[in-house]
Amino acid sequence: MKLTTLLTSAAMALGLATAAFAAGHEKTKVGFVYVGPVGDGGWTYEHNKGRLAVEEEFGDAVETVFVENVPEGPDAERVMTQMALDGADLIFTTSFGYMDPTINVAKKFPDVKFEHATGYKRADNVSTYSARFYEGRAIQGHIAGKMTKSNIVGYIGSYPIPEVIRGINSAFIHARKANPDVQFKIVWAYTWFDPAKEADAAKVLIEQGADVVLQHTDSTAPQAAAQEAGNVITFGQASDMAQYAPMPRVSSIIDDWAPYYIARTKAVMEGTWESTDTWDGIGAGMVGIGEITDAVPADVKAEALALKESIASGAYHPFTGPINKQDGSVWLADGEVADDGTLAGMNFYVEGIEGDIPQ
Amino acid sequence: MIRLEKRPEPSRGFAWAAPILAVIATFFFGGLLFAFLGKDPVQSIVTIFWQPLFGEFAFYYRPQLLIKGAPLVLIAIGLSLGFKAGIWNIGAEGQYIMGALFGAGVGLAFYPAQSAMVFPLMVLAGAFGGWVWAMIPAVLKVKFGTNEILVSLMLVYVAEQFLASMSLGLMKNPEGFGFPGSRNLQQYASAHNAEIVADTGMHWGVVAAIIAVIFAYVLLARHRLGFAIRVTGDAPRAARFSGVNPSRLILFCLGTSGMLAGLAGLFEVSGPSGVVSIDFNVGYGFTAIIVAFLGRLHPVGILLAGLLMALTYIGGDIAQSQMGLPAAAIQVFQGMLLFFLLAFDLFTNFRLRLGRVEVA
Repeated sequence: MKLTTLLTSAAMALGLATAAFAAGHEKTKVGFVYVGPVGDGGWTYEHNKGRLAVEEEFGDAVETVFVENVPEGPDAERVMTQMALDGADLIFTTSFGYMDPTINVAKKFPDVKFEHATGYKRADNVSTYSARFYEGRAIQGHIAGKMTKSNIVGYIGSYPIPEVIRGINSAFIHARKANPDVQFKIVWAYTWFDPAKEADAAKVLIEQGADVVLQHTDSTAPQAAAQEAGNVITFGQASDMAQYAPMPRVSSIIDDWAPYYIARTKAVMEGTWESTDTWDGIGAGMVGIGEITDAVPADVKAEALALKESIASGAYHPFTGPINKQDGSVWLADGEVADDGTLAGMNFYVEGIEGDIPQ
Repeated sequence: MIRLEKRPEPSRGFAWAAPILAVIATFFFGGLLFAFLGKDPVQSIVTIFWQPLFGEFAFYYRPQLLIKGAPLVLIAIGLSLGFKAGIWNIGAEGQYIMGALFGAGVGLAFYPAQSAMVFPLMVLAGAFGGWVWAMIPAVLKVKFGTNEILVSLMLVYVAEQFLASMSLGLMKNPEGFGFPGSRNLQQYASAHNAEIVADTGMHWGVVAAIIAVIFAYVLLARHRLGFAIRVTGDAPRAARFSGVNPSRLILFCLGTSGMLAGLAGLFEVSGPSGVVSIDFNVGYGFTAIIVAFLGRLHPVGILLAGLLMALTYIGGDIAQSQMGLPAAAIQVFQGMLLFFLLAFDLFTNFRLRLGRVEVA
């Protein structure tokens, strides 16, 4: 017998069992696949907070399961299959590298709903979702531009992929608006989570004169490095990292997945789930700005909050022209707003950033 | 006073009993650990060891055992040849990456041409990539006497940089909207290392692993070269007198282990994984070192050890999801298994003596 047939019959047996229980008695089972440990204090930690929020919201009506530290590739495919076999109704796969495995498994389980974070491949039972982190980056950039005294802002990049490049551009544009003399120094860590490497990167940037360090990696190691150096400010990444407030952490970008996870679980329970592509920002509450501490002067804080308001309401888009590309060619004319397609695949720096994107 | 005394002859009984005792001790202390975490210890261990093999969905997990175990066995067989002779290739992870890059590179270069020649060429390129990467520490050792442990290990990090560069640049999927990672070779029929019989998990990497086990067994048991390897490990001076050329042995052992690691990488990238991506390597090259020792550097032992490691990975993931055991607890559990095996292994060659030291 082919595996697909076996899987289908197993799924059918489960379906029959469910029906036998009389409607409403069976719990909705929601699975989460994590790329890091739930204690990373950043990316996976926030996804897990979303999972806990789902449990809290629906109580006994749901059962959630998760597997952490799942490598991207065949292991992810196995873990997702296992969750589906165990009767999951909805599975969130929370890393870009889970894209093809999610699609593969979704084909075998047409009745199970899948939600893949930060990817671009969808199917009838696969949705994608991501957050407009770059909106938060604009506010960070503004504060960074105002706060730096050395005019050097350090930036720890994870991988040179569109999401990260978008963040660098957004932060840079708004730092330059606040302070025309600001320069960005970018270090690529080639990791999402590696406290030792992140700490090294932060130290290198601080030695090169950076007094603001932005990060697109998930650990709190750069915060610790900044605290040790003194007089260097940082921002929480993915999570609030409030344990480093009020200095060096002066604010943060928080991924708040809870509202989305609750809404999607509810849709599955009510039978209204449909495949969609969600890209939400500050307005929808998917991106949160952590408290701006007193280390930031009151006027700068007020400007930052005003910027946040205008982005949240939709009055202002962080990528509004005139913006040139790094080579000086025109990207956005005066007043023109970037379209989502270009943003999604962004692979160029804007004018003023030095250095090349690694290839 | 407790002390260890070397046995005049290694105990045959203990050689057999050690793995069994190790498993029992792991069950006991692992169970204790799970109990402290507030989980049912018996159920935890049943979930890890029983479910994948005989549980309700064993029809799915058994093939997965082959998929997860094959690269481990393939790499570990190669490593064991060198380890037996005292040649330490610690960089199989790098050779695994280079094999995948060379092999996938050939496949992607032919895209989208369909030909039965593509996959065999990829296999050759994969073997070559791993071999070349291992020849760097081999030649450096033979010519300049460098330490192959350091050189091969450092080359892992170089290979990782190559991998990142390839995923972001040369091999990036042109239809991937700027995201890193190559085309998926699973969707390119000529380059796809598909299952030979559907839903058995039996892909070419599994076949290669089985062939490697048989070859290694024959080599070590029957061939002159196998004798040279064993004698060099046991008594290097005696080996020289019996005409073993140490340089050639170094080139052979490192080259072979690199080639097998390269093949493992190629079979993985063209099959279960499908894409060259920044996070393609997940530590098979390092885990294989454990597998080699767990299998006592014996081909059949390695085969069993590889499957056992695969079982703990698969069962561990099931236990995480079904019982909420943390990933770290599973890793401690895996570590215990190795620790107890090595600990009990000691008693093959030593015995425990209680009482005062006798003065001769």
